[in-house]
Amino acid sequence: MSRLALYRMLVLAAAVLLLELLCYVGIIDRLTMPPPHRIAYDLVVILRSGSQNAAILKTLSNASIALGSALVVGVAVAVVLHGLRAVRETLDPLFATYYAVPIFAFYPLLIVLLGLGDAPQIMIGFMLGVVAVIVNTLNGLDRVPRVLRKTARIQRLGAAETALTVTLPYAAPYVLTGAKFAVAYSLIGIIGAEFIMSRGGMGYEISFAYTNFDNATMYPLILLILLVSITINSALSWWEKILLARRGQ
Amino acid sequence: MSQAHVCLRGVTKVFPAAGAAAGLHALGPIDLDLRPGEFFAVVGPSGCGKSTLLELIAGLAPATSGTIEFEGKAIAGDIPEGVGVVFQEDACFSWLSVERNVAFGLRQVDLPAETKRRRVRDALALMGLADFAHAYPAQLSGGMRQRVCIARTLVIEPRLLLLDEPFGALDQQTRLLMGDELLRIWRETGATVFLITHALDEAAMLADRIAVMSARPGRLIDVVETRWPRERDSRIVERAEFGAVTARLWRTLRVESLKTIGRTTV
Repeated sequence: MSRLALYRMLVLAAAVLLLELLCYVGIIDRLTMPPPHRIAYDLVVILRSGSQNAAILKTLSNASIALGSALVVGVAVAVVLHGLRAVRETLDPLFATYYAVPIFAFYPLLIVLLGLGDAPQIMIGFMLGVVAVIVNTLNGLDRVPRVLRKTARIQRLGAAETALTVTLPYAAPYVLTGAKFAVAYSLIGIIGAEFIMSRGGMGYEISFAYTNFDNATMYPLILLILLVSITINSALSWWEKILLARRGQ
Repeated sequence: MSQAHVCLRGVTKVFPAAGAAAGLHALGPIDLDLRPGEFFAVVGPSGCGKSTLLELIAGLAPATSGTIEFEGKAIAGDIPEGVGVVFQEDACFSWLSVERNVAFGLRQVDLPAETKRRRVRDALALMGLADFAHAYPAQLSGGMRQRVCIARTLVIEPRLLLLDEPFGALDQQTRLLMGDELLRIWRETGATVFLITHALDEAAMLADRIAVMSARPGRLIDVVETRWPRERDSRIVERAEFGAVTARLWRTLRVESLKTIGRTTV
Protein backbone atom coordinates (compact mmCIF):
# COMPACT_ATOMS: atom_id res chain seq x y z
CA MET A 1 0.00 0.00 0.00
CA SER A 2 1.39 3.42 -0.94
CA ARG A 3 1.91 6.12 1.68
CA LEU A 4 -0.91 8.24 0.18
CA ALA A 5 -3.32 5.28 0.24
CA LEU A 6 -2.39 4.69 3.88
CA TYR A 7 -3.13 8.35 4.72
CA ARG A 8 -6.49 8.07 2.94
CA MET A 9 -7.37 4.99 4.98
CA LEU A 10 -6.34 6.76 8.17
CA VAL A 11 -8.54 9.79 7.36
CA LEU A 12 -11.48 7.47 6.69
CA ALA A 13 -10.86 5.49 9.89
CA ALA A 14 -10.59 8.75 11.84
CA ALA A 15 -13.95 9.95 10.45
CA VAL A 16 -15.63 6.65 11.42
CA LEU A 17 -14.07 6.79 14.88
CA LEU A 18 -15.25 10.38 15.31
CA LEU A 19 -18.80 9.34 14.40
CA GLU A 20 -18.56 6.46 16.90
CA LEU A 21 -17.41 8.90 19.55
CA LEU A 22 -20.12 11.48 18.79
CA CYS A 23 -22.79 8.75 18.97
CA TYR A 24 -21.27 7.25 22.14
CA VAL A 25 -21.22 10.55 24.09
CA GLY A 26 -24.74 11.42 22.85
CA ILE A 27 -23.93 14.49 20.72
CA ILE A 28 -25.61 12.52 17.92
CA ASP A 29 -28.66 10.90 19.48
CA ARG A 30 -29.61 7.33 18.58
CA LEU A 31 -32.88 8.45 16.97
CA THR A 32 -30.89 10.54 14.48
CA MET A 33 -28.18 8.03 13.71
CA PRO A 34 -26.93 4.76 15.21
CA PRO A 35 -23.15 4.40 15.69
CA PRO A 36 -21.21 3.06 12.66
CA HIS A 37 -20.53 -0.36 14.23
CA ARG A 38 -24.29 -0.77 14.75
CA ILE A 39 -25.01 0.17 11.11
CA ALA A 40 -22.49 -2.43 9.93
CA TYR A 41 -24.02 -5.05 12.24
CA ASP A 42 -27.56 -4.24 11.00
CA LEU A 43 -26.37 -4.56 7.39
CA VAL A 44 -25.04 -8.05 8.11
CA VAL A 45 -28.38 -8.94 9.73
CA ILE A 46 -30.32 -7.63 6.71
CA LEU A 47 -28.11 -9.49 4.22
CA ARG A 48 -28.28 -12.75 6.22
CA SER A 49 -32.06 -12.58 6.66
CA GLY A 50 -32.59 -11.77 2.97
CA SER A 51 -35.40 -9.37 3.90
CA GLN A 52 -34.17 -6.72 1.46
CA ASN A 53 -32.90 -9.04 -1.28
CA ALA A 54 -35.73 -8.21 -3.69
CA ALA A 55 -35.15 -4.45 -3.27
CA ILE A 56 -31.37 -4.80 -3.60
CA LEU A 57 -31.71 -6.99 -6.69
CA LYS A 58 -34.17 -4.59 -8.33
CA THR A 59 -32.01 -1.52 -7.75
CA LEU A 60 -28.72 -3.13 -8.74
CA SER A 61 -30.12 -4.80 -11.85
CA ASN A 62 -31.82 -1.57 -12.97
CA ALA A 63 -28.59 0.38 -12.30
CA SER A 64 -26.65 -2.24 -14.29
CA ILE A 65 -29.02 -1.87 -17.25
CA ALA A 66 -28.78 1.94 -17.04
CA LEU A 67 -24.97 1.81 -16.74
CA GLY A 68 -24.54 -0.79 -19.50
CA SER A 69 -26.73 1.12 -21.94
CA ALA A 70 -25.06 4.45 -21.01
CA LEU A 71 -21.67 2.85 -21.79
CA VAL A 72 -22.68 1.22 -25.08
CA VAL A 73 -24.70 4.20 -26.36
CA GLY A 74 -22.21 6.76 -24.99
CA VAL A 75 -19.18 5.17 -26.61
CA ALA A 76 -21.02 4.59 -29.92
CA VAL A 77 -22.34 8.18 -30.03
CA ALA A 78 -18.86 9.54 -29.21
CA VAL A 79 -17.25 7.52 -32.03
CA VAL A 80 -19.87 8.73 -34.54
CA LEU A 81 -19.73 12.35 -33.30
CA HIS A 82 -15.94 12.36 -33.49
CA GLY A 83 -16.21 11.80 -37.23
CA LEU A 84 -18.89 14.49 -37.71
CA ARG A 85 -17.14 17.75 -36.89
CA ALA A 86 -20.04 20.12 -37.57
CA VAL A 87 -22.50 18.07 -35.50
CA ARG A 88 -19.94 17.79 -32.70
CA GLU A 89 -19.37 21.56 -32.64
CA THR A 90 -23.12 22.09 -32.50
CA LEU A 91 -23.59 19.68 -29.60
CA ASP A 92 -20.47 20.55 -27.54
CA PRO A 93 -22.12 23.51 -25.70
CA LEU A 94 -25.12 21.31 -24.92
CA PHE A 95 -22.86 18.65 -23.38
CA ALA A 96 -21.06 21.34 -21.38
CA THR A 97 -24.33 22.57 -19.83
CA TYR A 98 -26.09 19.19 -19.67
CA TYR A 99 -25.51 18.63 -15.97
CA ALA A 100 -27.04 22.01 -15.19
CA VAL A 101 -30.37 20.50 -16.32
CA PRO A 102 -32.31 18.87 -13.44
CA ILE A 103 -32.92 15.51 -15.11
CA PHE A 104 -35.29 14.46 -12.31
CA ALA A 105 -37.68 17.20 -13.42
CA PHE A 106 -38.41 15.01 -16.44
CA TYR A 107 -39.40 12.03 -14.26
CA PRO A 108 -43.19 12.70 -14.41
CA LEU A 109 -42.92 13.07 -18.18
CA LEU A 110 -40.99 9.79 -18.39
CA ILE A 111 -43.69 8.05 -16.34
CA VAL A 112 -46.30 9.34 -18.80
CA LEU A 113 -44.19 8.14 -21.72
CA LEU A 114 -42.84 4.85 -20.33
CA GLY A 115 -45.39 3.82 -17.69
CA LEU A 116 -45.11 3.10 -13.98
CA GLY A 117 -42.67 0.18 -14.20
CA ASP A 118 -38.88 0.20 -14.04
CA ALA A 119 -38.40 1.83 -17.46
CA PRO A 120 -38.60 5.51 -16.35
CA GLN A 121 -36.13 4.84 -13.50
CA ILE A 122 -33.69 3.13 -15.86
CA MET A 123 -34.12 6.02 -18.28
CA ILE A 124 -33.22 8.55 -15.55
CA GLY A 125 -30.08 6.53 -14.67
CA PHE A 126 -29.20 6.23 -18.34
CA MET A 127 -29.75 9.96 -19.01
CA LEU A 128 -27.54 10.92 -16.08
CA GLY A 129 -24.71 8.57 -17.09
CA VAL A 130 -24.63 8.72 -20.87
CA VAL A 131 -23.29 12.26 -21.36
CA ALA A 132 -20.39 11.67 -18.94
CA VAL A 133 -19.42 8.68 -21.13
CA ILE A 134 -19.80 10.67 -24.37
CA VAL A 135 -17.75 13.64 -23.11
CA ASN A 136 -14.92 11.53 -21.69
CA THR A 137 -14.77 9.22 -24.72
CA LEU A 138 -14.61 12.24 -27.05
CA ASN A 139 -11.82 13.62 -24.86
CA GLY A 140 -9.88 10.37 -25.33
CA LEU A 141 -10.57 10.19 -29.08
CA ASP A 142 -9.31 13.79 -29.48
CA ARG A 143 -5.97 12.63 -28.10
CA VAL A 144 -5.40 9.75 -30.53
CA PRO A 145 -2.16 10.63 -32.36
CA ARG A 146 -2.62 11.24 -36.09
CA VAL A 147 0.06 8.67 -36.85
CA LEU A 148 -2.09 5.90 -35.32
CA ARG A 149 -5.01 6.85 -37.58
CA LYS A 150 -2.64 6.85 -40.58
CA THR A 151 -1.35 3.43 -39.50
CA ALA A 152 -4.93 2.12 -39.39
CA ARG A 153 -5.50 3.44 -42.91
CA ILE A 154 -2.29 1.83 -44.16
CA GLN A 155 -3.56 -1.43 -42.66
CA ARG A 156 -6.71 -0.83 -44.74
CA LEU A 157 -9.02 -1.01 -41.71
CA GLY A 158 -12.63 0.15 -42.06
CA ALA A 159 -14.17 2.81 -39.81
CA ALA A 160 -15.66 0.33 -37.33
CA GLU A 161 -12.49 -1.76 -37.15
CA THR A 162 -10.36 1.37 -36.70
CA ALA A 163 -12.57 2.40 -33.78
CA LEU A 164 -12.58 -1.06 -32.17
CA THR A 165 -8.89 -1.91 -32.63
CA VAL A 166 -7.07 1.44 -32.64
CA THR A 167 -8.85 4.57 -31.45
CA LEU A 168 -11.01 3.15 -28.63
CA PRO A 169 -8.18 1.03 -27.16
CA TYR A 170 -6.02 4.18 -27.19
CA ALA A 171 -8.83 6.14 -25.52
CA ALA A 172 -9.63 3.33 -23.02
CA PRO A 173 -8.34 5.17 -19.91
CA TYR A 174 -10.61 8.13 -20.76
CA VAL A 175 -13.56 5.81 -21.43
CA LEU A 176 -12.94 4.30 -18.00
CA THR A 177 -13.06 7.77 -16.43
CA GLY A 178 -16.46 8.24 -18.09
CA ALA A 179 -17.49 4.80 -16.83
CA LYS A 180 -16.59 5.75 -13.25
CA PHE A 181 -18.82 8.83 -13.47
CA ALA A 182 -21.56 6.74 -15.09
CA VAL A 183 -21.49 4.21 -12.21
CA ALA A 184 -22.14 6.96 -9.69
CA TYR A 185 -24.67 8.79 -11.87
CA SER A 186 -26.68 5.69 -12.79
CA LEU A 187 -26.93 4.67 -9.11
CA ILE A 188 -27.96 8.23 -8.18
CA GLY A 189 -30.53 8.20 -11.00
CA ILE A 190 -32.08 4.86 -10.07
CA ILE A 191 -32.15 5.42 -6.30
CA GLY A 192 -33.35 9.02 -6.68
CA ALA A 193 -36.18 7.91 -8.95
CA GLU A 194 -37.12 5.14 -6.47
CA PHE A 195 -37.27 7.79 -3.75
CA ILE A 196 -39.68 9.94 -5.74
CA MET A 197 -42.12 7.38 -7.08
CA SER A 198 -41.73 3.61 -6.88
CA ARG A 199 -43.08 0.52 -5.16
CA GLY A 200 -39.75 -1.20 -4.67
CA GLY A 201 -35.97 -0.91 -4.76
CA MET A 202 -33.40 0.34 -2.29
CA GLY A 203 -34.40 4.00 -2.74
CA TYR A 204 -38.02 3.17 -1.94
CA GLU A 205 -36.98 1.06 1.11
CA ILE A 206 -34.75 3.85 2.43
CA SER A 207 -37.55 6.38 1.99
CA PHE A 208 -40.08 4.00 3.64
CA ALA A 209 -37.71 3.33 6.55
CA TYR A 210 -37.10 7.08 6.95
CA THR A 211 -40.79 7.90 7.27
CA ASN A 212 -41.18 5.06 9.82
CA PHE A 213 -38.09 6.00 11.92
CA ASP A 214 -36.63 2.59 11.01
CA ASN A 215 -32.92 3.40 11.38
CA ALA A 216 -32.03 -0.28 11.48
CA THR A 217 -33.04 -0.51 7.80
CA MET A 218 -32.33 2.98 6.46
CA TYR A 219 -28.67 3.37 7.45
CA PRO A 220 -27.55 -0.16 6.50
CA LEU A 221 -29.08 0.30 3.04
CA ILE A 222 -27.28 3.66 2.64
CA LEU A 223 -24.04 1.92 3.71
CA LEU A 224 -24.67 -0.86 1.17
CA ILE A 225 -25.11 1.70 -1.64
CA LEU A 226 -21.84 3.34 -0.61
CA LEU A 227 -20.03 0.00 -0.54
CA VAL A 228 -21.35 -1.02 -3.98
CA SER A 229 -20.41 2.32 -5.55
CA ILE A 230 -16.94 2.40 -3.95
CA THR A 231 -16.25 -1.24 -4.89
CA ILE A 232 -17.14 -0.72 -8.57
CA ASN A 233 -15.19 2.53 -8.75
CA SER A 234 -12.16 0.95 -7.07
CA ALA A 235 -12.27 -1.96 -9.53
CA LEU A 236 -12.40 0.48 -12.48
CA SER A 237 -9.56 2.56 -10.98
CA TRP A 238 -7.49 -0.58 -10.55
CA TRP A 239 -8.13 -1.53 -14.20
CA GLU A 240 -7.27 2.02 -15.28
CA LYS A 241 -4.01 1.80 -13.32
CA ILE A 242 -3.07 -1.43 -15.12
CA LEU A 243 -3.82 0.14 -18.53
CA LEU A 244 -1.76 3.24 -17.73
CA ALA A 245 1.13 1.21 -16.28
CA ARG A 246 1.36 -0.77 -19.55
CA ARG A 247 1.63 2.55 -21.36
CA GLY A 248 4.38 3.75 -19.04
CA GLN A 249 2.14 6.46 -17.52
CA MET B 1 2.56 0.27 -69.52
CA SER B 2 5.58 1.69 -67.69
CA GLN B 3 8.32 -0.76 -66.54
CA ALA B 4 8.86 1.31 -63.40
CA HIS B 5 7.71 -0.13 -60.07
CA VAL B 6 6.25 3.24 -59.14
CA CYS B 7 5.55 5.84 -61.80
CA LEU B 8 4.56 9.49 -61.16
CA ARG B 9 3.53 11.77 -64.01
CA GLY B 10 2.73 15.46 -63.59
CA VAL B 11 1.78 14.95 -59.94
CA THR B 12 0.76 18.08 -58.03
CA LYS B 13 -0.85 18.72 -54.67
CA VAL B 14 -2.71 21.93 -53.86
CA PHE B 15 -4.30 22.28 -50.41
CA PRO B 16 -7.48 24.34 -50.51
CA ALA B 17 -7.19 27.50 -48.41
CA ALA B 18 -10.26 28.82 -46.59
CA GLY B 19 -11.53 32.01 -48.18
CA ALA B 20 -8.68 32.33 -50.65
CA ALA B 21 -9.21 31.91 -54.38
CA ALA B 22 -6.00 29.92 -54.85
CA GLY B 23 -5.02 27.18 -52.43
CA LEU B 24 -1.57 26.37 -51.10
CA HIS B 25 0.50 24.85 -53.90
CA ALA B 26 2.51 22.32 -51.88
CA LEU B 27 3.95 20.03 -54.48
CA GLY B 28 4.83 19.49 -58.10
CA PRO B 29 4.57 18.96 -60.89
CA ILE B 30 6.63 15.82 -60.27
CA ASP B 31 7.68 13.11 -62.73
CA LEU B 32 9.46 10.14 -61.19
CA ASP B 33 10.11 6.47 -61.95
CA LEU B 34 11.20 4.13 -59.16
CA ARG B 35 13.00 1.07 -60.50
CA PRO B 36 12.00 -2.33 -59.06
CA GLY B 37 14.17 -3.17 -56.03
CA GLU B 38 16.03 0.14 -55.87
CA PHE B 39 16.66 2.21 -52.75
CA PHE B 40 15.51 5.75 -53.52
CA ALA B 41 15.86 8.66 -51.09
CA VAL B 42 14.42 12.16 -51.17
CA VAL B 43 15.97 15.11 -49.35
CA GLY B 44 14.68 18.66 -49.29
CA PRO B 45 14.30 21.76 -47.15
CA SER B 46 11.74 21.87 -44.33
CA GLY B 47 8.16 22.26 -45.54
CA CYS B 48 8.96 21.42 -49.17
CA GLY B 49 6.34 18.66 -49.32
CA LYS B 50 8.50 15.54 -48.84
CA SER B 51 6.02 13.86 -46.52
CA THR B 52 3.12 14.97 -48.76
CA LEU B 53 4.82 13.20 -51.68
CA LEU B 54 5.11 10.01 -49.61
CA GLU B 55 1.46 10.24 -48.54
CA LEU B 56 0.38 10.55 -52.19
CA ILE B 57 2.38 7.44 -53.14
CA ALA B 58 0.98 5.57 -50.09
CA GLY B 59 -2.56 6.45 -51.16
CA LEU B 60 -3.17 8.33 -47.90
CA ALA B 61 -4.15 11.45 -49.88
CA PRO B 62 -5.19 12.00 -53.49
CA ALA B 63 -3.06 14.06 -55.88
CA THR B 64 -4.64 17.28 -57.17
CA SER B 65 -3.51 16.46 -60.70
CA GLY B 66 -1.34 13.89 -62.45
CA THR B 67 -1.16 10.13 -62.10
CA ILE B 68 0.60 7.74 -59.73
CA GLU B 69 0.94 4.07 -60.63
CA PHE B 70 2.20 1.19 -58.50
CA GLU B 71 2.95 -1.98 -60.46
CA GLY B 72 1.01 -0.51 -63.37
CA LYS B 73 -2.17 0.18 -61.36
CA ALA B 74 -3.30 3.72 -60.61
CA ILE B 75 -3.27 4.90 -57.00
CA ALA B 76 -6.10 7.35 -56.52
CA GLY B 77 -6.30 7.98 -52.80
CA ASP B 78 -6.71 4.24 -52.06
CA ILE B 79 -4.16 2.27 -50.06
CA PRO B 80 -2.62 -0.22 -52.51
CA GLU B 81 -1.93 -3.81 -51.46
CA GLY B 82 1.77 -4.63 -51.05
CA VAL B 83 2.76 -1.20 -49.71
CA GLY B 84 4.20 -0.74 -46.21
CA VAL B 85 4.78 2.60 -44.51
CA VAL B 86 6.95 3.49 -41.52
CA PHE B 87 6.47 6.96 -40.03
CA GLN B 88 8.82 9.14 -38.02
CA GLU B 89 6.47 9.35 -35.04
CA ASP B 90 6.09 6.48 -32.62
CA ALA B 91 3.25 4.44 -34.16
CA CYS B 92 3.42 1.51 -31.72
CA PHE B 93 0.12 0.50 -30.15
CA SER B 94 0.99 1.06 -26.50
CA TRP B 95 -1.77 -1.29 -25.27
CA LEU B 96 -0.45 -4.30 -27.21
CA SER B 97 2.64 -6.42 -26.56
CA VAL B 98 5.47 -6.29 -29.12
CA GLU B 99 4.33 -9.62 -30.60
CA ARG B 100 0.72 -8.46 -30.94
CA ASN B 101 1.86 -5.13 -32.40
CA VAL B 102 3.70 -7.02 -35.13
CA ALA B 103 0.82 -9.48 -35.66
CA PHE B 104 -1.51 -6.47 -36.10
CA GLY B 105 0.11 -5.96 -39.51
CA LEU B 106 -1.50 -9.20 -40.68
CA ARG B 107 -5.08 -8.43 -39.53
CA GLN B 108 -6.32 -7.83 -43.05
CA VAL B 109 -4.17 -10.53 -44.66
CA ASP B 110 -5.89 -13.81 -45.46
CA LEU B 111 -3.35 -16.45 -44.42
CA PRO B 112 -3.45 -19.65 -42.32
CA ALA B 113 -2.88 -18.95 -38.60
CA GLU B 114 0.37 -20.96 -38.58
CA THR B 115 1.77 -18.94 -41.50
CA LYS B 116 0.89 -15.72 -39.67
CA ARG B 117 2.64 -16.95 -36.51
CA ARG B 118 5.73 -17.87 -38.53
CA ARG B 119 5.82 -14.49 -40.25
CA VAL B 120 5.56 -12.69 -36.91
CA ARG B 121 8.34 -14.87 -35.46
CA ASP B 122 10.54 -14.18 -38.51
CA ALA B 123 9.92 -10.43 -38.42
CA LEU B 124 10.72 -10.30 -34.69
CA ALA B 125 13.93 -12.27 -35.29
CA LEU B 126 14.90 -10.09 -38.27
CA MET B 127 14.54 -6.94 -36.16
CA GLY B 128 16.29 -8.46 -33.12
CA LEU B 129 13.12 -8.36 -31.02
CA ALA B 130 12.62 -12.08 -30.37
CA ASP B 131 13.51 -11.69 -26.67
CA PHE B 132 11.05 -8.80 -26.27
CA ALA B 133 7.98 -10.45 -27.82
CA HIS B 134 5.94 -10.16 -24.61
CA ALA B 135 7.20 -6.72 -23.57
CA TYR B 136 5.06 -3.59 -23.98
CA PRO B 137 6.31 -0.63 -26.06
CA ALA B 138 6.66 1.54 -22.93
CA GLN B 139 9.35 -0.87 -21.73
CA LEU B 140 11.45 -0.35 -24.88
CA SER B 141 13.83 2.39 -26.06
CA GLY B 142 12.88 4.74 -28.93
CA GLY B 143 15.04 2.76 -31.37
CA MET B 144 13.44 -0.53 -30.35
CA ARG B 145 9.93 0.91 -30.67
CA GLN B 146 10.79 2.03 -34.21
CA ARG B 147 12.03 -1.50 -34.91
CA VAL B 148 8.62 -2.80 -33.74
CA CYS B 149 6.95 -0.50 -36.30
CA ILE B 150 9.32 -1.69 -39.03
CA ALA B 151 8.63 -5.34 -38.07
CA ARG B 152 4.86 -4.65 -38.24
CA THR B 153 5.39 -3.32 -41.76
CA LEU B 154 7.75 -6.11 -42.86
CA VAL B 155 5.38 -8.84 -41.72
CA ILE B 156 3.11 -8.11 -44.70
CA GLU B 157 6.16 -8.68 -46.97
CA PRO B 158 5.71 -5.33 -48.77
CA ARG B 159 6.95 -4.95 -52.30
CA LEU B 160 7.20 -1.19 -51.79
CA LEU B 161 8.48 0.16 -48.48
CA LEU B 162 7.81 3.85 -47.82
CA LEU B 163 9.81 5.39 -44.98
CA ASP B 164 9.00 8.87 -43.71
CA GLU B 165 12.06 9.99 -41.72
CA PRO B 166 11.91 6.74 -39.74
CA PHE B 167 15.06 7.47 -37.74
CA GLY B 168 14.44 11.19 -37.28
CA ALA B 169 13.84 10.89 -33.54
CA LEU B 170 16.90 8.71 -32.87
CA ASP B 171 20.43 9.65 -31.87
CA GLN B 172 23.23 9.57 -34.48
CA GLN B 173 24.79 6.23 -33.46
CA THR B 174 21.42 4.47 -33.36
CA ARG B 175 20.52 5.99 -36.73
CA LEU B 176 23.69 4.59 -38.32
CA LEU B 177 23.04 1.14 -36.88
CA MET B 178 19.37 1.25 -37.90
CA GLY B 179 20.59 2.23 -41.37
CA ASP B 180 22.69 -0.94 -41.47
CA GLU B 181 19.65 -2.97 -40.47
CA LEU B 182 17.56 -1.26 -43.11
CA LEU B 183 20.12 -2.08 -45.82
CA ARG B 184 20.13 -5.71 -44.69
CA ILE B 185 16.30 -5.86 -44.79
CA TRP B 186 16.31 -4.21 -48.23
CA ARG B 187 18.72 -6.84 -49.56
CA GLU B 188 16.86 -9.76 -47.94
CA THR B 189 13.36 -8.71 -49.01
CA GLY B 190 14.14 -7.29 -52.44
CA ALA B 191 11.54 -4.56 -51.85
CA THR B 192 11.70 -1.17 -53.51
CA VAL B 193 12.47 1.38 -50.79
CA PHE B 194 11.41 5.05 -50.89
CA LEU B 195 12.98 7.01 -48.04
CA ILE B 196 12.17 10.57 -47.01
CA THR B 197 14.86 12.15 -44.87
CA HIS B 198 16.32 15.52 -43.99
CA ALA B 199 19.71 13.97 -43.14
CA LEU B 200 22.05 14.18 -46.15
CA ASP B 201 24.50 11.62 -44.73
CA GLU B 202 21.65 9.16 -44.14
CA ALA B 203 20.43 9.53 -47.72
CA ALA B 204 23.99 9.30 -49.11
CA MET B 205 24.75 6.19 -47.06
CA LEU B 206 21.57 4.27 -47.82
CA ALA B 207 20.29 5.11 -51.29
CA ASP B 208 21.07 4.06 -54.86
CA ARG B 209 19.59 7.35 -56.06
CA ILE B 210 18.84 10.53 -54.14
CA ALA B 211 16.45 13.21 -55.32
CA VAL B 212 16.75 16.78 -54.05
CA MET B 213 13.49 18.70 -53.71
CA SER B 214 13.12 22.43 -54.17
CA ALA B 215 11.58 24.79 -51.64
CA ARG B 216 7.73 24.87 -51.79
CA PRO B 217 6.15 24.00 -54.14
CA GLY B 218 8.37 20.90 -53.95
CA ARG B 219 9.77 19.69 -57.26
CA LEU B 220 12.63 17.29 -57.95
CA ILE B 221 15.52 19.53 -59.06
CA ASP B 222 18.40 17.04 -58.99
CA VAL B 223 18.80 13.27 -58.87
CA VAL B 224 22.17 11.94 -57.67
CA GLU B 225 23.18 8.36 -58.51
CA THR B 226 25.49 6.98 -55.78
CA ARG B 227 26.61 3.80 -57.58
CA TRP B 228 27.24 2.02 -54.26
CA PRO B 229 27.50 -1.79 -54.36
CA ARG B 230 24.35 -3.62 -53.18
CA GLU B 231 26.38 -5.22 -50.35
CA ARG B 232 27.11 -2.16 -48.23
CA ASP B 233 26.78 -0.78 -44.72
CA SER B 234 27.43 2.37 -42.70
CA ARG B 235 31.19 2.04 -43.18
CA ILE B 236 30.59 3.50 -46.63
CA VAL B 237 30.89 6.90 -44.94
CA GLU B 238 34.69 6.32 -44.89
CA ARG B 239 34.87 6.48 -48.71
CA ALA B 240 36.02 9.62 -50.48
CA GLU B 241 33.05 9.34 -52.90
CA PHE B 242 30.70 9.59 -49.92
CA GLY B 243 31.95 13.12 -49.26
CA ALA B 244 31.50 13.98 -52.95
CA VAL B 245 27.86 12.78 -52.87
CA THR B 246 26.96 14.72 -49.72
CA ALA B 247 28.78 17.81 -51.08
CA ARG B 248 26.74 17.72 -54.29
CA LEU B 249 23.51 17.25 -52.32
CA TRP B 250 24.36 20.17 -50.02
CA ARG B 251 25.27 22.49 -52.94
CA THR B 252 21.76 22.15 -54.32
CA LEU B 253 19.98 21.94 -51.02
CA ARG B 254 21.73 24.97 -49.51
CA VAL B 255 20.21 27.29 -52.12
CA GLU B 256 16.74 25.82 -51.55
CA SER B 257 17.07 25.91 -47.76
CA LEU B 258 18.01 29.60 -47.91
CA LYS B 259 14.83 30.26 -49.90
CA THR B 260 12.74 28.75 -47.10
CA ILE B 261 14.13 31.36 -44.67
CA GLY B 262 13.62 34.13 -47.23
CA ARG B 263 17.26 34.72 -48.17
CA THR B 264 19.53 34.04 -51.17
CA THR B 265 22.87 34.36 -49.33
CA VAL B 266 24.00 33.94 -45.74
